[in-house]
Amino acid sequence: MKIVVGQGSCGLAAGAGKVYEAIEQRLVPGVELGITGCIGMCYLEPIVDLYEGETLVKRLVRVNADNAEAIVAAAQSGDLSGVADIAITADDESFLTQQTRIALRNCGVIDPTSIDAYIAKGGYEALQKVLGGMTPEGVIDEIKVSGLAGRGGAGFPTWFKWNAARQSPGEEKYLICNADEGDPGAFMDRAVIESDPHTLIEGMLIGAYAIGAIEAVVYVRAEYPLAIVRLENAMAQARERGYLGKNIMGSGFSCDMRIKAGAGAFVCGEETALIESLEGKRGMPRLKPPFPAAAGYWMKPSNINNVETFANVAWILRNGGEKFASMGTENSKGTKVFALTGKIKRGGLVEIPMGKTLREVIYDIGGGIRDDKEFKAVQLGGPSGGCVPAHLLDTIIDYRALGATGAIMGSGGMVVMDANTCMVGMAKFFLDFTAKESCGKCVHCRLGTKRMLEILTRITEGEGKEGDVELLEELCLGIKDGALCGLGQTAPNPVLTTIKYFRDEYDAHIREKRCPAKYCRSLVKYTIDPEKCVGCSACSKKCPAEAITGERKKPFTIDRDKCVGCGSCMATCKFGAISAE
Amino acid sequence: MCSCCEKKSDLSLLGDVMKKYAPVPGSLITILQHAQEIYGYLPVDVMYYIAEQTGNSPAKVMGVATFYTQFRTQPVGKYLIMLCQGTACHVNGSERIKATICETLGIEDGGTTADGLFSLKTVACLGCCSLSPVMMINEDTYGSLTPQKTIAILNEIREKEGRA
Repeated sequence: MKIVVGQGSCGLAAGAGKVYEAIEQRLVPGVELGITGCIGMCYLEPIVDLYEGETLVKRLVRVNADNAEAIVAAAQSGDLSGVADIAITADDESFLTQQTRIALRNCGVIDPTSIDAYIAKGGYEALQKVLGGMTPEGVIDEIKVSGLAGRGGAGFPTWFKWNAARQSPGEEKYLICNADEGDPGAFMDRAVIESDPHTLIEGMLIGAYAIGAIEAVVYVRAEYPLAIVRLENAMAQARERGYLGKNIMGSGFSCDMRIKAGAGAFVCGEETALIESLEGKRGMPRLKPPFPAAAGYWMKPSNINNVETFANVAWILRNGGEKFASMGTENSKGTKVFALTGKIKRGGLVEIPMGKTLREVIYDIGGGIRDDKEFKAVQLGGPSGGCVPAHLLDTIIDYRALGATGAIMGSGGMVVMDANTCMVGMAKFFLDFTAKESCGKCVHCRLGTKRMLEILTRITEGEGKEGDVELLEELCLGIKDGALCGLGQTAPNPVLTTIKYFRDEYDAHIREKRCPAKYCRSLVKYTIDPEKCVGCSACSKKCPAEAITGERKKPFTIDRDKCVGCGSCMATCKFGAISAE
Repeated sequence: MCSCCEKKSDLSLLGDVMKKYAPVPGSLITILQHAQEIYGYLPVDVMYYIAEQTGNSPAKVMGVATFYTQFRTQPVGKYLIMLCQGTACHVNGSERIKATICETLGIEDGGTTADGLFSLKTVACLGCCSLSPVMMINEDTYGSLTPQKTIAILNEIREKEGRA
């Protein structure tokens, strides 16, 4: 049998590296050891798979180094009883079986460091088909039939951008991949590059052929070191096999590829800011038009798509655009990957056909809310998106339907919140993010986000005033209309949606100086129930402000004036004697 | 160059990097990334040297260096704590972890302890959302943090360094 250890960033963070080493040390003849990328079941990491040939025999979850011996023994004998306690349950398996994987088709299945593993799954067949007889216009038509739209957030038809770059006059054209995945809470692009780098290369080469690019550049977030290593390795392999470089597969088409590591700036996800950064400058957006298709990188015609978009391309060319378009809804075709996180039981990567409801993703695939608490809202689209409340859980996943709620499809961050999440705090969290990440070029975004953050901060600190909500709304509209780029134009969304659906929480903060979620430090008051307190003094030892005093074995008390509202006392108390109000 | 910037960094360490990248247009960020790897941060005299070698004004180099969060213009502690501020971490209580670190070490975000052992930097999403709240200390990732667990991790490092 073959033992395969999942080694995406999440797995490694959970300890997959140590598991791999432990198994390697105990390896016996007849048992092979390999790696794969991100399986997408982050909540079960580290994951170890047992394969018999190409068939997955058993998936083992939440593995640690101590399990190594039992795993090797099971792989050697074929008797799985020794690893029964770490075997995946049928319920957990349904996390994957309910998905339809296209962009993630090879993630967690193949060894990301091996080009042969990719080729064995039909890799580079699409490129062969394209270079073997399709015209660039034919490729663009196929993408048009598929209905593929930009998966980075904007949802712009991919064929249209390709066609515009194709039609643009000039010999020197560039194809750029936006792998600057900056949305806090989204990590599908990293998973694709770490787990299946060749699919990105193949998709980009097809795009490069379609628009007539002489060079392709991947702009990767600097925080993704493993992705950069795996992609570099894959590019070297592709070059060696003749899939990359001069005269690819003898077709006469030449295109090389290189990686540019970003340096940490959320605004560089905006395409013109990304181009500025590629040119070694501060990543500040350009005025549009001209659009990159006419004048982009070094003012030459350029096309930019994100990783997930490219990850669909080879599949579409191999299986036909119609097959892709047969999935999804009227205006949103194919599948979409979401990073399901937050207060969810089963967090990880979820790829589903468009048209499923939020409820299906959160409850059927994600298993519902952690600790069976009540669902409050789901945040979609990160700092550019919005919060969708419980009564809209049956909204279908579709660009238009999600847009109608005030949120956006976005790049696929899906953060679930329960009753303990303060929605005003959430709005403040995102404004804090956009205010920090605003590049400063236009006044609306630079100052507008700052003013909004100030208002939200005072509301959460109990200093909110009547009229603050209206002032926020006015600022939101001004920024939406006046900001230069997508970052600014969408920055108000988290505030607008929380005001729209959770106005009562804003009012509670402002009028009653109360945080219903008991989250905002300045508004939460802790008290000790003298009936329940046994006087163990654990809380007073934990209190950083020395606000809790008392005599041992008698009830303790909290000095409200000294209390900083950190909540450590409540977390420490074993008797449930401390409550927040 | 004014006297306050006259720190003498060994500029010869940049020789290979400059030879490779200085002639390539648009390489400023790449050069700064290599420089930071070499020196641990971007000393002012190094930035002047890069400006001179790439034909950029010192203001432009400084402008780029201060625009991107990856670049540091001050040295950092031996252990760089990168605390994730992603959405999932926020929802799962990263604020409390931040307060714990600040209180335990007596530093603010962006600060370094007096003994030069720890620096704290809050960062955008590290992408380990299922382990939230998460922090990285140098190359190691620590997940599912609680205030107690965080203090234990910091104390363990202090003990290892004989600073308990």
